[in-house]
Amino acid sequence: MAAEHAAAATELTPTSYIQHHLTFFTQPVGHGWQLNVDTFATTLVIAVLAFGFLWWVTRVSTSGVPSKRQAFVELLFDFVNDQVKGIYHGESRMVAPIALTTGVLVLFLNAMDFLPVDITSKAFELFGVHNWRPVPTADVNTTFALSLSVFAMMIFYSIKVKGFGGWLHELVSAPFGLRPLWMSPFLVLFNILFNLVEYISKPLSHSLRLFGNMYAGELIFMLIGLLAAAAVGWTILAILLQFAWIVFHVLIVGLQAYIFMMLTIVYIAMGHESH
Amino acid sequence: MDVASHLSQIQAFTAVGIGLMIGLGALGACVGVGIMCSRFLEGAARQPELIPQLQAKVFLLLGLIDASFIIGVGLAMLFAFANPLLGVVVTR
Repeated sequence: MAAEHAAAATELTPTSYIQHHLTFFTQPVGHGWQLNVDTFATTLVIAVLAFGFLWWVTRVSTSGVPSKRQAFVELLFDFVNDQVKGIYHGESRMVAPIALTTGVLVLFLNAMDFLPVDITSKAFELFGVHNWRPVPTADVNTTFALSLSVFAMMIFYSIKVKGFGGWLHELVSAPFGLRPLWMSPFLVLFNILFNLVEYISKPLSHSLRLFGNMYAGELIFMLIGLLAAAAVGWTILAILLQFAWIVFHVLIVGLQAYIFMMLTIVYIAMGHESH
Repeated sequence: MDVASHLSQIQAFTAVGIGLMIGLGALGACVGVGIMCSRFLEGAARQPELIPQLQAKVFLLLGLIDASFIIGVGLAMLFAFANPLLGVVVTR
C-alpha cells in the first residue's frame, strides 16, 4: 500500500486522483490519536457561522412586522416545531431545540458538497496543504459523533422518564413481557437480545445512512468527472451526467438532513415511551 | 509471476463482488421504493386532501429505504479504491 501511494504521488492516474481526493488531512494528537483537521475545522467554522446567524437574527428580532431574515428563521422554527409536535408528546422543552440544531448543522455540513472538489483542493494546495476534504459528513467520525450523541440523549431521556430501575426493567421485559412465569428465563434472554439488536442498529444505521449518502455522492462526482478525461465526446456525456447528478444530489443533501432530524426526534420520542 | 496471479485473482473476485453488492442492493431498493410509491399513489387517489402529508412521509421513507443500498455502495467503493484484501499480497 505504501509503495502504491509513493508511485501514485508522482503520476496522475484515475486511481491516484480519486485516492488523493479521498485522503483526509490528518494530524497526530496526543498519544497515538489522529485528528482529521479538515473535518474538524470545517465543522467548527460552519457551526459558528450557521448558529451565529440564527442567534444574531433572534437578537435583532421585533414583534412588529418581521424583516425577511426574521421571517425566514421563523419559518424554519415553525417547520421544526410542527414536526416535533407531531411525533413527541412529552413535556421536555429541549427536544425541539435539539432537532433544530441537528437539522441545521447537518444541512449546512452536507451543503459543503456543492463546492467543486478540484477548486477547493487547488485553493488549499496554495497554502501547502495537500489533502483537504471539504465535506465533514463524508467522514465517518462526524456522522458517528452526531448519532452517538443522539443515542446518548435517547438513553438519558429514557432513564429520566422511567428511572434507572424502570429502564433496566424495560430492557429485560420488552417486547415479549415476562409471563408465563415458568418461561421467564428464556423470555428475559429474548428480550435482552431484541433490545441489544435495537440499541446497536439505531446509532449504526443513523450515522451510516448519512455517511454513505455523502461519501457515495462525492465519489460519483469524481467518477463522472473522470469520464471527461477520455475524449471530447465523453466530456459532453460527462457534462450531462454531472448536471443530472448535481440536481439529484441537491435533493439528497436536503433529504438526508431532514431524515437525520426526523430520526433524532423519533428516537428521543421513543425513549420517552414506557410500556 | 506468482504474485501477479494472486493479485489478479483477488482483483477479479473483488470486481465481481462489487458488481453484486451494487446490483443486488439497487434491486432491493428499487423494488421497495416502487411498492411504497404505488401505495402512495393509491392513497392519494382515495384521499386527495391528504396528499401533502403523505408526500412528506414518502420522502422520509425514501431516505430510509435507500439507506442499506447506499451503505452497500459506500462499501463497494471502499473495495474498488482501497481494497483491504490486497494487503495480504502486497506485504509479502
